[in-house]
Amino acid sequence: MRRPRSRGWLNSVIGLVLCAGLLFPLYWMINVSLTKASDLVRQPPLLFPVNPTFSGYQLAIDKNLGALATSLTIAVATVFVTLAVALPAAYGMSKLRAPGSGGLMFILLLAQMIPSVVLVTALFALYKQLGLLNTMFGLVLADSTASVPFAIILLQAFMRTIPDELLEAARIDGAGRVRTFTAIVVPLSRNAVVTASLFAFLFAWGDFLNAQTLTSGNKITPITLALFRFIGAESTNWNAVMASAVLASIPATVLLVFAQKYVAAGVTAGAVKD
Amino acid sequence: MAQRMVGATGPATVERDEDYRLAARRRAARHTKWASFGFLVPVAVYAMVFFVYPIVRTGQLSLQDYTFMSYFTGQADFVGLANYGTIFGHLLFPKVVVNTVAFTVVSLFFQFALGLALAVFFSKKFPLSALFRSLILVPWLLPVIVSATTWRWMFYKDYGIINSLLGTHIGWLSDPSWSLWAVIIANIWLGIPFNLVLLYGGLQAIPEGLYEAAALDGAGPWRQFGSISWPLLKPVTMVTLLLGLVYTIKAFDIIWVITRGGPVDSSQTLATWSYKLSFEGGTGQSLSLGGTVATLLFLVALALGLLYIRTQRKEMLS
Repeated sequence: MRRPRSRGWLNSVIGLVLCAGLLFPLYWMINVSLTKASDLVRQPPLLFPVNPTFSGYQLAIDKNLGALATSLTIAVATVFVTLAVALPAAYGMSKLRAPGSGGLMFILLLAQMIPSVVLVTALFALYKQLGLLNTMFGLVLADSTASVPFAIILLQAFMRTIPDELLEAARIDGAGRVRTFTAIVVPLSRNAVVTASLFAFLFAWGDFLNAQTLTSGNKITPITLALFRFIGAESTNWNAVMASAVLASIPATVLLVFAQKYVAAGVTAGAVKD
Repeated sequence: MAQRMVGATGPATVERDEDYRLAARRRAARHTKWASFGFLVPVAVYAMVFFVYPIVRTGQLSLQDYTFMSYFTGQADFVGLANYGTIFGHLLFPKVVVNTVAFTVVSLFFQFALGLALAVFFSKKFPLSALFRSLILVPWLLPVIVSATTWRWMFYKDYGIINSLLGTHIGWLSDPSWSLWAVIIANIWLGIPFNLVLLYGGLQAIPEGLYEAAALDGAGPWRQFGSISWPLLKPVTMVTLLLGLVYTIKAFDIIWVITRGGPVDSSQTLATWSYKLSFEGGTGQSLSLGGTVATLLFLVALALGLLYIRTQRKEMLS
């Protein structure tokens, strides 16, 4: 299996081919986004944007810039909600061994398994009663249901690695539980906090079902929903549809490039998305 | 922690003074316990509202008659198990179940097989291996809607690249006998990174010395895989398959964007059917019928989830 690097570069070539094959749909998205509408109805399709056009991006930005801003707001707000719930919970479960930690862990593990269609059906009925349909607040809370269990499981695993002696020392110096939490545990968990935030952001950015179900009209339209509606509305301008898809991919790509360390940490923690 | 300290103190003969201190500590310990519970209050409330309540409410909806009027009035009558009768007797029910099973099993099989093959390949040390491996993860981090939209265009009958590459003229999105295959293919692609990551991690945990020893004994790569990797990977395989199963069975976005479960419900699964019954039926839509299917789906996911937790726990103990 693992053998000395005798055939190293040959494997690199195979790796490149595999990688290119798997990423082909993403290449195709970019290719189509740059292809003229008149060239899109060619058979066979053009493999490269021979006469590239940015008119798709023009239309995509004109129509969907607001949706990108909405998505950004929702995703950032979801990060804050997630951390507000998950940080104290993780501390209580890992370091304070608060009563009920075990049961809570069980619920959180199972919560990750609940089909989103189950949650959204009930949330629709609940939001209807509470008047939370079509509100940013309601949508952010719904989006956080994907990231809260993940964040707690990740954070509490990390906090377990903080030596108890450190917290004991703080206590002897007169720091209460809250102060120990804010001044020691949270700063020390910085890396895990960044990873949890990053995935909370990506989950919320990628949400489609909650937005589709819990909002209506044009009041709150995140980019995923805008893209979905765009498919129907712009059946002839697929370059604009694909340009919107490219725009919707920017955050994930940026994070992957600039925060690769944190992404890797989340991925190995068994980061999962549905 | 505090509790352990209490237990550690207190020799058999305690002076009065010591006694007081012990009592104070015990009080403090009790206080600690409840004060630490304070940190769990937000998440406890959160879990009640967003995890426990929705399941109860969905179950409750499945026992009511939530008609089109109910969307306005919020009122719905209790009807017992009538909705379950309606769903089990529904013309579409057998088809949706078969679709769900086919979608799940075929997706899972290929995701796993391809993910495993890639994991084995990338376990070899060669230049740029890490770079390629992290690039393959990109599709996983993108919104599913983005990937689904791209696949939808690739599947177009007349101008799509897939028919062009295959030299076929298949109506992937318009022909009821092909639509399920279209969403399965896209979903396999979507799941490869997840399988690759977990299985690659599992392979890394196997001590390299084992392979070296096997190689000295003359075992070739296939033999090494069969006698070392595969058996030692078994726990990771179990986790990967179980998690994959849960995530595949509840997949919604990928199907909804590519085919909307159509044409004529040919690619409908329990998840999309539930949604359609609840929200896309016009005046015929009913949160109760949708909720009934959602409850059935939940029960399946719950069973798998419990199995997963049991496997994990056994794993942690061993």
